[in-house]
Amino acid sequence: MSLLTISDVTLTFGGLNALSGVNLEIEPGLITSVIGPNGAGKTSLLNCISGFYHPTSGEIQFGEHKMSLNTFSPHQVSVLGIARAFQNLELFSGLSVLDNLLLARHQNLKYNFFQALFYFGKASRIEAENRAYVEEIIDFMELEPFRHKIVGNLAYGVQKRVEVARALTLAPKLLLLDEPMAGMNIEEKEDMVRFVVDIREERDTTVVLIEHDLGVVMDISDHIYVLDFGEVIGSGTPEQIAENPKVIEAYIGEE
Amino acid sequence: MENQDQILQFTIPQLLRWRVNSTGDKVALREKDFGYWNNYTWSEYYDYVRKVALGLEQLGLKKGDKIALIGDNIPEMLFMAIGAQCIGAIAAGVYQTTLPEEISQLLDYMDIEMVFCDDQEQVDKIVEVRDELPRIRKVIFEDPRGMRDYRSDDWFMDISELYKLGDESYQKDPGHFESLIDQGNPDDVCFFCLTSGTTGLSKATMLTHRNYINMGVQISLVDPLESTDEYVSFLPFAWIGEQMNSFGVAMTTGITINFPESVETSMDDLKEIGPHFMFGAPRVYENIRSQIWLKINESYWLNRKIYEFFMKVGENAAVFRMSGKKMPLVLSFWDWLGKQMIFRPLINQVGLLRLRRAYTGGAALGPELFTFYQAIGVNLKQIYGQTEIVGIAYMHRDGDIRSDTVGFPLPGTECKISDEGEILSRSPSVSPGYYKLPEKTAELLEDDWLHSGDAGHINQDGHLVVIDRLSDVMHNKEGKMFSPMFLENKLKFSPYIKEALILGDQKDYVATMINVDPIVVGKWAEDRGISFSTYMDLSAKAEVEELMLQQVIDFNKKAEKDHYRINRFVVLYKLLDMDDGELTKTGKIRRGFVQKKYKDLIDGLFDESLKEKEVEALFQYQDGQSATVKTKIRFYTMNGET
Repeated sequence: MSLLTISDVTLTFGGLNALSGVNLEIEPGLITSVIGPNGAGKTSLLNCISGFYHPTSGEIQFGEHKMSLNTFSPHQVSVLGIARAFQNLELFSGLSVLDNLLLARHQNLKYNFFQALFYFGKASRIEAENRAYVEEIIDFMELEPFRHKIVGNLAYGVQKRVEVARALTLAPKLLLLDEPMAGMNIEEKEDMVRFVVDIREERDTTVVLIEHDLGVVMDISDHIYVLDFGEVIGSGTPEQIAENPKVIEAYIGEE
Repeated sequence: MENQDQILQFTIPQLLRWRVNSTGDKVALREKDFGYWNNYTWSEYYDYVRKVALGLEQLGLKKGDKIALIGDNIPEMLFMAIGAQCIGAIAAGVYQTTLPEEISQLLDYMDIEMVFCDDQEQVDKIVEVRDELPRIRKVIFEDPRGMRDYRSDDWFMDISELYKLGDESYQKDPGHFESLIDQGNPDDVCFFCLTSGTTGLSKATMLTHRNYINMGVQISLVDPLESTDEYVSFLPFAWIGEQMNSFGVAMTTGITINFPESVETSMDDLKEIGPHFMFGAPRVYENIRSQIWLKINESYWLNRKIYEFFMKVGENAAVFRMSGKKMPLVLSFWDWLGKQMIFRPLINQVGLLRLRRAYTGGAALGPELFTFYQAIGVNLKQIYGQTEIVGIAYMHRDGDIRSDTVGFPLPGTECKISDEGEILSRSPSVSPGYYKLPEKTAELLEDDWLHSGDAGHINQDGHLVVIDRLSDVMHNKEGKMFSPMFLENKLKFSPYIKEALILGDQKDYVATMINVDPIVVGKWAEDRGISFSTYMDLSAKAEVEELMLQQVIDFNKKAEKDHYRINRFVVLYKLLDMDDGELTKTGKIRRGFVQKKYKDLIDGLFDESLKEKEVEALFQYQDGQSATVKTKIRFYTMNGET
């Protein structure tokens, strides 16, 4: 049974179809990649899943009970267990790595004003739990040297890692990664690939990956969807995709 | 130390047991993990050692068998090492930066039967050379991250499974472990410590329990430590400099060893702990100085002015202190004021405020750095020794620091200078020799006297002065002697210079190849709006070369003797690196190798007609790819300019 089902989703801006009749199945426990040329609608698709856009028509269903996400806002989606790392970093650049990650867990702060004021009982216990969870993510993403560093001063590759860590602190069931390797050098890319594979294997998290580096995609994906002009033009295992004539045409052009 | 005679009769496991009986509830080890400092008391330490020892015994490790330890410093390294020693097995440290082929050669040479790795990175290296190592029966790992593909293969084992084996064995026969420890003999070999391998494959130095414990006892007779003192473990465990502290010093004095969260965070963790003593190679002190230098440079002008003023005062005071003369009252007042106003807060920023003593060893430290640390109030002392004598055999005494000497022998250490001018030492810490290398052992030991291979003499105050490696000392064409290492250290005192290689044996003049410091020079270039991409690009900037020229002019001005002056130099396009075999694992230049690799450049240095030369640089990237880049190298001639 799939974790996320997208059936016949169309997204229209004025007269322009960003997505038209997209059908996708995200299987639990796998890395599913979405590839396609610039403007193919990849990020629009993620925006529909995470509640930034609502589909003009069609249905997005999540989880065991097939809950419809069509009318959900981003914060409601995140409570369900869908987290997203953005292509353009969406971090508080003036705060430390630790504070950024702690902030991402604000939805777990279930104590009232007075408890917070005197920092006793529930308040201190929950804060400690959150810190422990965040520390576990810091260890997982190997961010120890940067814990107290201001995010804005960090190298781009490290900021990208913080962005993924921020999404992980929500303990997601489904993680949406929008070009996590863009702009990285070879070494940083290799590290990120290892992180993505480890997220799937060791954190029991389903991953949806948007990535331009076809080498990486072919290497680590279990399943690939190819988008072009808002339509799914191919899907299958990496081997099948590599031989799909439509995909070759979209990427390399007609012979 | 009241129990020193008793302690000297122990093996390391027996000493650990004695510690548990005297201070069992005190914190022995502390490790930062998940952002917290976690404590292990001496009793808990002992429990883990028992689990490992009995577990290894269950796996079939016997007396005299060897187990290799590869990884960053974590408490489990000590559990494994001492656990193996409990059953009479020998532990061997391998540097975590060693490449797979070299690991394969080393493990084969040392007859290793089991390996302990801290994480996947090291396990993967062993897997790469698995076919070449039929003797290895088990690979035990600590961090299960990324090991999922190895789980089905029983060649690998999680350390928690080893603990379980040990616990089961303990429940069956609780008295067995104590009897194992009782069987130990202090003169048994307990550890293989690899030499740095300046000239080839490292040799395994055999060290006994007594070697380590004697060193710990003797050093604490000179510099006593409180059992409440803190020590931060950030040197590679395979290096004698770390083992002498974790086996020798910590066990005999009962201090706490702190393990950093990761290699990258070790300097921040050091700041949190505020150690009472530390030991490091010169590189560590060079880095801390660069850090201070950068911080001051970024500070506002008033701070800078105060710093500069009191730095001069401090340096003047340091000169008095290091020559043993009495300081004028006025100077000592200004010196005191400077410490209160600026230097105490400053060294607190880098975590050295509680430091009573800092030791430097492994290579010589330039005199300017000594003056610098003495000026800011850090009690930096030079030690001298080598792997074969458990690291420290000579050191400065408090209040008697000289920048050009290594001080006096430790109690129980005898010293003499051979007719060839070589330093010889004798003490209970001298190793019985190298593993399976009887010829090398014979060269090393002659009637119990340890040959250091270093040239030296004893000065009028009785301090030992080390000149250089006997084989490295150079003579110019006129037969005047100079020590390349001494000149390199003087040159490296410039914050802009990371590494330098001095040349000129049997030549008309001294020449050098310089590596600019990427961080300091990078910042310098940034401040001046000079844009650069790679290290190679930065090094080749005309402004940077001009800066280096200035450094060499300054160096020549301060040269003690005329023939020390540098006549020609080049700025090297590539940072000398361990992975390329240009530096040893402890950061010393491998002269022979580097001279062969850059022969083209070096020939150019001694051809005064040559202004520039086109060279092909081969780069090996970390992912295995390589690329050749053509670059023009300019040679600078000083022409007696000072």
